Amino acid sequence: MGLVNPASENLEVEGTQVSTMSPNWVTTRLDFLVNWARKNSLWPMPFGTACCAIEYMATAASRFDIARFGMERQSFSPRQADVFICAGRVPFKLAPVLRRIWDQMPQPKWCISMGACASTGNVFDNYTVVQGIDTIIPVDVYVPGCPPRPEGLIYGIQLLQKKIAGETFTDQDLRQEATYGPGNLFLPPARIDELSEPFGNSVHQTRSQ
Amino acid sequence: MSAPVQAAAASPGGHYVPHAPQGAQPETVAALRAAFGDAIGRDVLVCGETIVYVARERAHEILAWLQTTPGQEFDYLTDITAVEYRDPELPIEVVYQLRSLARRADLRVKIALDKTQPLEVDTVWDLWKGCDWLEREVYDMFGIVFRGHPDLRRLLMWETYAEGHPLRKDFPLRGHFSRAEQTRQALAAQPEAHYSLEELSIADAYHELPADMRERLLKGERGTLT
Amino acid sequence: MSSTLRTVEMALATPGLDEQGRVVRQPLGVADRAEPGAEGSYDEGFGAEHMLVNIGPQHPATHGVLRLVLELEGETVKRCIPHIGYLHTGFEKLGEYRFYNQIIPLTDRTDYLAPMANNVGLAMAAEKLMGIRITERCQVLRVIACEMSRIISHLVWLGTTGIDLGAYTPFLWAFQQRERIYNLQEAWTGARLTPSVTRVGGLMADVPEGFEAGLRDFTRTFPKVLDEVDTMFTRNAIWIGRTQGVGVMTAQEAINYSLSGPMLRASGVAYDVRKDRPYLGYEEYDFDVPVGEYGDIYDRYRVRLEEMYQSNRILEQALDKLAKLQGAPINVDDPRVILPPKSKAMNDMESMIHHFKVVMEGVKPPVGEAYLGIENPKGELGYYFVSDGTAKPVRWRIRPPAMINLAALPKMCEGALLSDVIAINASVDIVMGEVDR
Repeated sequence: MGLVNPASENLEVEGTQVSTMSPNWVTTRLDFLVNWARKNSLWPMPFGTACCAIEYMATAASRFDIARFGMERQSFSPRQADVFICAGRVPFKLAPVLRRIWDQMPQPKWCISMGACASTGNVFDNYTVVQGIDTIIPVDVYVPGCPPRPEGLIYGIQLLQKKIAGETFTDQDLRQEATYGPGNLFLPPARIDELSEPFGNSVHQTRSQ
Repeated sequence: MSAPVQAAAASPGGHYVPHAPQGAQPETVAALRAAFGDAIGRDVLVCGETIVYVARERAHEILAWLQTTPGQEFDYLTDITAVEYRDPELPIEVVYQLRSLARRADLRVKIALDKTQPLEVDTVWDLWKGCDWLEREVYDMFGIVFRGHPDLRRLLMWETYAEGHPLRKDFPLRGHFSRAEQTRQALAAQPEAHYSLEELSIADAYHELPADMRERLLKGERGTLT
Repeated sequence: MSSTLRTVEMALATPGLDEQGRVVRQPLGVADRAEPGAEGSYDEGFGAEHMLVNIGPQHPATHGVLRLVLELEGETVKRCIPHIGYLHTGFEKLGEYRFYNQIIPLTDRTDYLAPMANNVGLAMAAEKLMGIRITERCQVLRVIACEMSRIISHLVWLGTTGIDLGAYTPFLWAFQQRERIYNLQEAWTGARLTPSVTRVGGLMADVPEGFEAGLRDFTRTFPKVLDEVDTMFTRNAIWIGRTQGVGVMTAQEAINYSLSGPMLRASGVAYDVRKDRPYLGYEEYDFDVPVGEYGDIYDRYRVRLEEMYQSNRILEQALDKLAKLQGAPINVDDPRVILPPKSKAMNDMESMIHHFKVVMEGVKPPVGEAYLGIENPKGELGYYFVSDGTAKPVRWRIRPPAMINLAALPKMCEGALLSDVIAINASVDIVMGEVDR
């Protein structure tokens, strides 16, 4: 994943070095081959919790059929999965489970946050729902919607495929595992609070009170 | 603020059409008063349903009487929940929705708990097994202890949840802690720590746990409260 | 319905029935195989330990984020301890900060397999609190919404239970039929899965052109799909072997554990809210309610399958009624509750004031409380509102049938085998959004 890990901004990260291999014709051809193989055989790990999981199942069923995108085998074991699709709202009780499943996935791995709940917490701005799983794990593609239509999820998968196609193995930072700061946090605490700020008047859904 | 429950009047849509013709239970109320006298508080008819307030001390007896007495036979427990009003002076009410399948009758029994006293009620687990998780949820959300419940742990929040009881009115919608703190606490809770002491004793693994996990389990685990 | 419901009974090689009438199962225990020390017997120390197995919360067969902790002796379950709360979203707390109409989108997301039925239940509970009587066309449309929801919920149950027990194809058939209902839901409300179709006092919108024809077409062809499923499962030896006699709840236990819906009826208790406390004019429809006898997974399957046939029947009758109510209003004619149409709100001062008040201040019910239970596909869904006269409820309680049915899981799993636990869990028909709220 080409994300710079935010938790490492204040830390000394070892191993980051200038790439000694500069991209050339051979590397781009290799990239093309490897990325083509990866993007067309993504095995999803469906971390389905709520309503989005039902739309995910509908996407996997015969009308929309994500098997045509290489996602023939839903890999419920994270050890054999490529894409972590978080479909549904994630309460705080489920957060350590999600983090553990993500950590159990081997590289190369990507993450699709399906639906508004997984992306931002949706209307559930309360004591129990994680305000976006990107406060816990790195996310590659966000698919908005409540729930997103199967076509929307497929578009998200296609965006991920485009992202994978743009990767290059000469990038040393690409496949680094996320590092966690103090308290096992993926982002600095101030950033989590900033991302979870209520949007508009989300406590009282009316302007008059 | 007026008393919490009154008969429905001056409703926006005009006249009320009762949902269940046998909603009101005047005979049951009369029989209760005859059998228990002072332990029965006021009774109200709201939206076609009868609500009876009972005293906490004899509540278990009254509910058992309602379940077993021929002519009452409230053999089905529909729901147990609690209500806290916005007016802080008003008591918290534990609400039992009872139903008699044979007589097609509904009854709502309420116990008003003064907030200055400890919030405790006797369990009805020996009467209706269906109260198990319902009482655990009321404990989790309101902090009301059900004396005699075999396994009164938190149900919906994790066992060592430290922020409080969410459905209380003094609990803010987003919780007491900041988002970062909530995330930190959530991630710090190891999934294995969500095994109860009972479960770990099965696996004989309790003694192999690190000391701090045992500490936390001891703090979070509830067990029988009598 | 008595034992005619059971078409095929598998002769189990068991010692017989116990005193409660349940089939005695002979699990592959360790101790009763052979004399200790004899050839083929297990060591005392080796086989006597009980194992703690954790299933979930992330697991394909738990139907959501449910965590089961099992104490196993060999392959037999001694104790099953479920842990829920992994999808707790705080709906009831949120409801205290919303107007009644703003709570309706929240109800889509509790039981997301039957969203329209939840919407209907909430609107009816609010109308009971406020003393509103809805129009006839609205009643018929709400019956259509409820029965469509029943069908799609049972179809998910069918598909996922089939997968859990090893049959993958009916899942695809079920989801194909669901897509047809989704098309209708989308045409009506704009959303496939989160319709929010009702409002207090009426509906979001009337059904569009082509909806009735589409639904008629569905009711004509749907029974054939159910016949195919029936062919696949009902006399299938594997299905029977895995479902008959498994996960039994007797009638007395079912009542005591507060089960509802198909779980209760499969155990032999003839209780259906539509028949015993009719709402939305259900007393005028001609339909049967299947009641089982043995309270095992097979009976629950038969009950739910038959309920789908009956829902189809109700839909046909509702469409006939709807045809007679062309052009009738769907909303109650009360400007304090229903928004006036935009054309009037823009041109007429009084309508504009009503529009403003309903939107900005909400609908204010009288002081009081109301509980209303409806027959959801999972069981009796109850909404309990407590109002202090303001536009936001003091307390909104969802009586979750899935959670209360699930609480009986430890009872049903006692003495079962590990693979039975998955089958029993599937037969409870849970949806974690409702269990955890």
